[in-house]
Amino acid sequence: MTFPAFLFYVFAALAVLSALGMVLNVRNTVAAAMSLVVTMVALAGIYVLLEAHLVAVVQVMVYGGAIVVLFLFVVMLLNLRSDDFAPGRARLQKLAGALLGLALLAQVVRSSVAFGAFPPLPDGFGGYRQVGIALYTDYVLLVEVASLLLTAAIVGALILAKRKID
Amino acid sequence: MPIEVILKSLFILIVVVAALAPVITWVERKQSAVMQDRIGANRADVGGFTVLGLLHPLADVIKLLTKEDVVPQGANRVMHLIAPVIAAVPAVIAYAVIPFGGVYTFGGHTISLVAANPDWGLLYIFAIGSIATYGTVMAGWASNNNWSLLGGLRASAQMISYEVTMGLSVVGLFMVFQTLQLQQMALAQDDTIRLFGFLEVFFGLSLPGWMESFPFTIPAWGIFYQPLGFLMFLTTIMAENKRPPFDTPEGESELIAGYFLEYSGMRFGLFFMSEFIEVVVIAGLVATLFLGGWAIPWLPQETIIGGISTVFNTEFATGICAILHFLTFMLKVVFMIWLQMALRWTLPRFRYDQVMDLCWKIILPLSIANVLVTGFVMLLVRGNA
Repeated sequence: MTFPAFLFYVFAALAVLSALGMVLNVRNTVAAAMSLVVTMVALAGIYVLLEAHLVAVVQVMVYGGAIVVLFLFVVMLLNLRSDDFAPGRARLQKLAGALLGLALLAQVVRSSVAFGAFPPLPDGFGGYRQVGIALYTDYVLLVEVASLLLTAAIVGALILAKRKID
Repeated sequence: MPIEVILKSLFILIVVVAALAPVITWVERKQSAVMQDRIGANRADVGGFTVLGLLHPLADVIKLLTKEDVVPQGANRVMHLIAPVIAAVPAVIAYAVIPFGGVYTFGGHTISLVAANPDWGLLYIFAIGSIATYGTVMAGWASNNNWSLLGGLRASAQMISYEVTMGLSVVGLFMVFQTLQLQQMALAQDDTIRLFGFLEVFFGLSLPGWMESFPFTIPAWGIFYQPLGFLMFLTTIMAENKRPPFDTPEGESELIAGYFLEYSGMRFGLFFMSEFIEVVVIAGLVATLFLGGWAIPWLPQETIIGGISTVFNTEFATGICAILHFLTFMLKVVFMIWLQMALRWTLPRFRYDQVMDLCWKIILPLSIANVLVTGFVMLLVRGNA
């Protein structure tokens, strides 16, 4: 086994185990959130092995850092205790979740079998230059639409939070 | 090659973590003493010698290591135990991408004095910084104490807010240097800018030859390209470190000690040390981004090596140059540490809402304006290139 392959299995095992840890720890919200961080960081390691350096760093910065910190912020702000999650609730949700998860797994297996051999990577693939050039030339319209969407989300959150607008 | 990396990492660990960080605890005490007209730490002695109180860091470590390590009742034991480690490790590994010297060629062998040199070096520091939040937040939550919880809550909000502005405040610098690699940034700053160069660019005047050298040039440092960026970056990164005046998560007078209230012994010591290690990292980062890194002002590397090699051979001259560069870098680091200490003992703590207002209502708009102005000026000066 080559060293990158070994690293891949380490990160993959870490990602799967911590994802399981998150699902099984659902009563202890903070522990679940911390497991999610480990999953995100392990995925970032896999992205590095795939030469997607920018995505890896952004994964740690945005998902590993900012988003889960916001989860924790809300959890701590509400100060949820384990008995806030009554057992037996949302059984239908669990079933739907399991079905959707299986469907996703089937799709991933199907497309990775169908993909065949990978083409060689272009020079500088996955660096911030290439991603930046792609985002601001070929996909500039989508970037602008996404920014509009985010602005709408911020305005919406403000309206929800601030009932009385003066 | 691996041996080189290991040696460089060891060097950083010894200089930054083992030597510089404990000495800073002494500097902090002595500097505050000078600023407050006191004598400061001078009691710890070995055989009657106090060595200016320099033995205090040693005494502190012995005290912290021998103290009882208390885990409060009802605390989440695992998280309480690992939180200090999660706080300390990012502070140490952030240093890996900060160059402490330039690139030197000895014979056919090239040595660059930086432990790791990825293309996305600065992003690495931001990513590490965002992971560092968890130590604080976990400590606050796992201690089963309301003051700690409030401290962790404040820390998470403060650090996540300042991460946004910290990233935006250096975008102007990326644009000027066209790179995210810290080594490349430092190399670009080993140069000078002509003070009256704008006359040539905007008015088409041609400058006389004597205006091309020493008194009419300034070092091509980030602080001269991005003065506002420098101020904003220093402010935001100091807020990330949670030291006064941004220590609302600790806030002794409101939250007793905030997130590390329930920690004792060396686990408290780890929180304490990670703040001081971060002071060194901030000093090194600001020195690299804005103060030219290891570059000696007005004396680019070729000039130094060329000057010395008229007397000695080139290899020896390169070695001397490397040492001079390292000493220059350390000088800048020490200056930045001093500046942070002086600020820490000058400003009173901001109120929590003031900290948040500063971030979202002042620095965020200013940093976006800075990006726009930088882009506009670059378009004027460099054209469409």
